[in-house]
Amino acid sequence: MGAVTLMRTPAETALAQAFEAAKGKLPGDRDARVKAFSDFIEVGLPHRRVEAFKYTDLRAAMREAAPFAEAPTGEEAKAALANAQGFVDAQAVRIAIVNGHVVREASDLDRLPQGVEVVTLADAHGNDHAMIRHLDAVPLARENPVYRLNTAFMTDGVLIRVVANTLVDEPLHLRFVTAGTVATATRTLVVVEEAASVTILESHEGPDGAASQLNDVVEFVVGDRAKVDHVRLNAEGNDALALSTLTARLGEAVSFNSLNAVVGAGISRHQVFVTFAGDRSLATINGATMIKGRQHADSTLVVTHSGLHCTSRELFKTVIDGEATGVFQGKIIVEPQAQKTDGRMMSASLLLSEGGAMNNKPELEIFADDVQCAHGATSGQLDEDLLFYIMARGVPRAEAESLLVQAFLGEAVEAVENEAAKDALIDSIEGWLRARA
Amino acid sequence: MLEIKNLVVQIEDKRILNGLDLTVNKGEVAAIMGPNGSGKSTLSYVIAGKDDYEVLDGEILLNGENILEMEPDQRAAAGVFLAFQYPLEIPGVATMTFLKAALNAQRRSRGEAELTTPDFIKRVNGAAAQLHIDKDMLKRALNVGFSGGEKKRMEILQMALLEPAFCVLDETDSGLDIDALRIVSEGVNALRSQGRGFLVITHYQRLLSHIVPDTVHVMANGRIVKSGGKELALELEANGYADYRQQTAAE
Repeated sequence: MGAVTLMRTPAETALAQAFEAAKGKLPGDRDARVKAFSDFIEVGLPHRRVEAFKYTDLRAAMREAAPFAEAPTGEEAKAALANAQGFVDAQAVRIAIVNGHVVREASDLDRLPQGVEVVTLADAHGNDHAMIRHLDAVPLARENPVYRLNTAFMTDGVLIRVVANTLVDEPLHLRFVTAGTVATATRTLVVVEEAASVTILESHEGPDGAASQLNDVVEFVVGDRAKVDHVRLNAEGNDALALSTLTARLGEAVSFNSLNAVVGAGISRHQVFVTFAGDRSLATINGATMIKGRQHADSTLVVTHSGLHCTSRELFKTVIDGEATGVFQGKIIVEPQAQKTDGRMMSASLLLSEGGAMNNKPELEIFADDVQCAHGATSGQLDEDLLFYIMARGVPRAEAESLLVQAFLGEAVEAVENEAAKDALIDSIEGWLRARA
Repeated sequence: MLEIKNLVVQIEDKRILNGLDLTVNKGEVAAIMGPNGSGKSTLSYVIAGKDDYEVLDGEILLNGENILEMEPDQRAAAGVFLAFQYPLEIPGVATMTFLKAALNAQRRSRGEAELTTPDFIKRVNGAAAQLHIDKDMLKRALNVGFSGGEKKRMEILQMALLEPAFCVLDETDSGLDIDALRIVSEGVNALRSQGRGFLVITHYQRLLSHIVPDTVHVMANGRIVKSGGKELALELEANGYADYRQQTAAE
């Protein structure tokens, strides 16, 4: 065997140069960054011959690398945030992250609820904060190229600690906003200690026409008997490449509920890695995606059951118009000791046009013998008989279609407990439908 | 009010209606009776505008205006209402949302202001009470998990709210027990008025002893083969449809 010289794409070359230039300046554990980057660059940007990226070819999607953004000036941040509407009607403690950097002046860091501590990633790296050790809690994510890239480049974000037994009433709202055409790598950590409960809202917004490259990771480490509600809204600009990863490590008797709603981005991929580390926990992971034009939205999910008696429910709903493409890849892994696992995963898509496409890849890997697991995938069109019934009552076709699309997505959205967030999602759905009509 | 002239309809190359003529006047309740497969349900769907059917000839005039070129929602706005034989379940669409969408869409098309929420709720509650529809039913998704009788009552509730000019009831009695039949019939009778026409499609005379028709038409092989007064329904109940089947077979 001879030495193999890999041809790098222009984007890979640019990323390598960017990393060389930045690695001396990026804070934190430099060895970990160097390792993550070398693991990444060794195989390069994943393409369609890489199984996990078969339907979302990042080498093709990322022909060039956008420059990593500097921290915005106060004025720039203010202008960018003024345009962002995601969840603004929900009463919440806000944390603004503009172009990948926490903006203190636009955040409520001075009025955090009792029992909630927040430190920025930049500060935590700077002073080697104790919470840093909670990063990278889910092993499978570490093998993922998008996550590795984030580990190498992560600049800022927040580390949130919810102290044991604290029930936080007011949601924490992370406002991710970009201005201009930029690359970002943010890392957010939410540590919810024993018997605490919290709601986290995430909104992601940017301008149309900007080919930004976004790589956001949010990690949850959830203690025993804790409860988490998480709602994420991707309303990125129409040319953005939005890569996101959610990891969650769940303790015992946890309730974890996460919804990712997608209306934006040219190409998006939301990756979810959930590990049931303790027993008797429940996780609900839902998705509600509405895409049109030539948008591409990928939801990729790996749920690992390691504990006993855990229940996972995954429901992904995708509405596809124009020539858009949806992807769902879901895998439930049940380890040998994870008896009495109850896992159900469902992907349903609604094709509103001839030109749309949906790719489904559900998988089960079961190594225990006393489990109940099921998966299913359906693709269909609006039911003409139902449309006729509604129209026969005087409702015009476009409105009748909207009612049925809302009903279709509603099943995934109704699990959201925070009413204001749910209302905001319904507004997003209605807005999308109005734009379509 | 409603005039159907020489209506010829087929579905997937199968002729269902063969030159059907029928007139229903304002304030009239006309019943159509006929054996299975005579084309009764097809007639109701064609009046409401379902597009699975191909209309080869004829016209349907509502107050002189041909409605065949209209979309179903336009026909509804013009005053046509079809109470379905099998009302559809719409998971995820709350009954109240549906009712409000329908009511306001029709008001908009007539150039009227949309109802305020309190006004709307008042109207629904009033109509629901008359039809013995409890509030829990209104809170559920439309028709989902409703019994056969509940679905039919919900159809009549919609009819009462939308105040259509012309109502088609397609086998509204099917699947109803005696009590439900009485409630539904009372609901329909309460809506009878001088300005409103009804076409009541049924197999059985029993519905017509609750909703007493002005005229009865017998349908066989896709056309009206006999018309008469309400006594015709009793005659059919006694003798069955055999005569009409033979008559059409002999043609």
